[in-house]
Amino acid sequence: MTPDLPAILARLQAALPDATLAQRRNPGPAGQDSLLVAPANLVAVCQFLRDTPDLDFDLLSNVTGVDWPDPLKAEAVAVPVTDTPPPASGFLEVVYHLYSTSRRAGPLVLRARSADREAQVQIPSVVAVYRSAEFQEREIYDLFGVVFTGHPDLRRILMWDEFLDHPMRKDYVAPDDYQYEPTPHDAVLEKAKLHYPAKP
Amino acid sequence: MISDATIPFATNPAQPELDEDQLLHVSLGPQHPSTHGVFRMNVVLDGETVVSLKPVFGYLHRNHEKIAEGVTYLSSMPFTDRLDYICPLTNNWAYAHAVEKLAGIEVPERAEHIRVITAELTRLINHTAFVGFFLGDMGAWGSALMYAFREREKILDLFEDLTGARMMSNFMRFGGCRNDLPDGWAAKAGALVDGFPVFLDELENLIIGNEVLLARTQNVGAVSKEALINGGITGPMLRAAGVAYDIRKVEPYGIYERFKFRVPLGETGDCYDRLMIRFLELRESLAILRQALDQLPEGDYINPKAKIRNFKPPVGEAYARIEGPKGELGFYLVSDGSANPFRYRVRPPSFINLTLLEDMCLGLDLADVVVILGSVDIVLGEVDR
Repeated sequence: MTPDLPAILARLQAALPDATLAQRRNPGPAGQDSLLVAPANLVAVCQFLRDTPDLDFDLLSNVTGVDWPDPLKAEAVAVPVTDTPPPASGFLEVVYHLYSTSRRAGPLVLRARSADREAQVQIPSVVAVYRSAEFQEREIYDLFGVVFTGHPDLRRILMWDEFLDHPMRKDYVAPDDYQYEPTPHDAVLEKAKLHYPAKP
Repeated sequence: MISDATIPFATNPAQPELDEDQLLHVSLGPQHPSTHGVFRMNVVLDGETVVSLKPVFGYLHRNHEKIAEGVTYLSSMPFTDRLDYICPLTNNWAYAHAVEKLAGIEVPERAEHIRVITAELTRLINHTAFVGFFLGDMGAWGSALMYAFREREKILDLFEDLTGARMMSNFMRFGGCRNDLPDGWAAKAGALVDGFPVFLDELENLIIGNEVLLARTQNVGAVSKEALINGGITGPMLRAAGVAYDIRKVEPYGIYERFKFRVPLGETGDCYDRLMIRFLELRESLAILRQALDQLPEGDYINPKAKIRNFKPPVGEAYARIEGPKGELGFYLVSDGSANPFRYRVRPPSFINLTLLEDMCLGLDLADVVVILGSVDIVLGEVDR
């Protein structure tokens, strides 16, 4: 059962008058519209959705990141319902899929956007509300570089601790010296020359 | 519903004061034979008692999601086989289901039946293999697994007839399946389904009631319903604790709403319930298989209008999920209108089911950790992606 998004939005706005919320339309045939939530209000919104008895979104099934270097592309996938200017720069987005096990409702899609892709990549952690986000937020931190403020144990999870970059970012450049061969030849030799000094 | 504002983190109430000098730090894995692959747990022990347990992931990480962003939609299909390599066909279905939702593709009747049949056969494989591995975790290494794998091989023979490969099936397509059932396949599958309960009785008689098994599994690793839901635990793990949440029932995909089957529920959610749930689900899967094989219609095995080449879904996003044998298997896809997915995300059940591993193990003995990890039913191809 798909949740009635405008009704939920109205209730959220009544309960949290200071919160910045906006409905976003999904242009595709899936019809899963979403709620764009300002990062500052994210935890309060989640808590309201979880603790209101007749909403009861108790299962945060999926949390994932999306890297949007081009903000216009993001606006094309999550189309604003009201007239809002697109963000000035690219940003990182975290998408949440909520379900209610008791009401068999869902998915309720929430999205939160960071201010940019470099310095202001903080988004509040929802682990205190939904424990299931613990490893998934660590994964987003690891692969996208979103810093979840308030996360109890924010470490890399899939890559090793010494790894520097965030591989799921769109501008990530894969290293070209991974094809190590003891006797490089052809294309691998050309790449190897960039990294290793020629033998005397 | 959870009334507390916050769910408390894993703490050990029995051990208020711990002397750091007396604690033992053990790195369990990554190559312990019972860890189901390269999975490591950093365990802190006070004597035999677990004080802290931190899972370490990533030994099998190959950034499946990044690879998928670089290739076309269909090219990711064979990669999905390698997520949960025990159950490739349900992975195929979950991905095909998500793309069909993203692009709005209809699936013909016969293809839906073939999908249900292959998915439930996959569930048979997963749950029988689970029983074998789980007994192995408790030290009964070999005998239960041998019988489980004997039956699994019969199903894999069917898959080989159908898809050409025992395990790496690459079988589903957007809008249907890659090929039709071969001649006589349905009859062979029917014979297997008819004979399977005899094997199940045999396996149950072999295991259930064994005093060692009861002592090792009962009252071990139980967590409250609320904490399980809050921790995102799905599948047999959640139902073993008594939460009736089966996606085949609550959000029927494919043609599951046509079949009569029950959702078995446990009571306490301990490791014993998790084992028994799998046995009961096996019998329900057989009921679904019987109905699907009896009703199998003639017709297209793939939607003739579905585009194979130059497939470009419209701009948009979709999240779709199915009830995989291990839990909720979901795919989240973002399309920017090009031939490659802009974002491709797997919601892996066994990775998220590990969220509460520490909570389950705290205060128990080290030997219980292996049993609890076994009861979660993980596959590292999916955990690490």
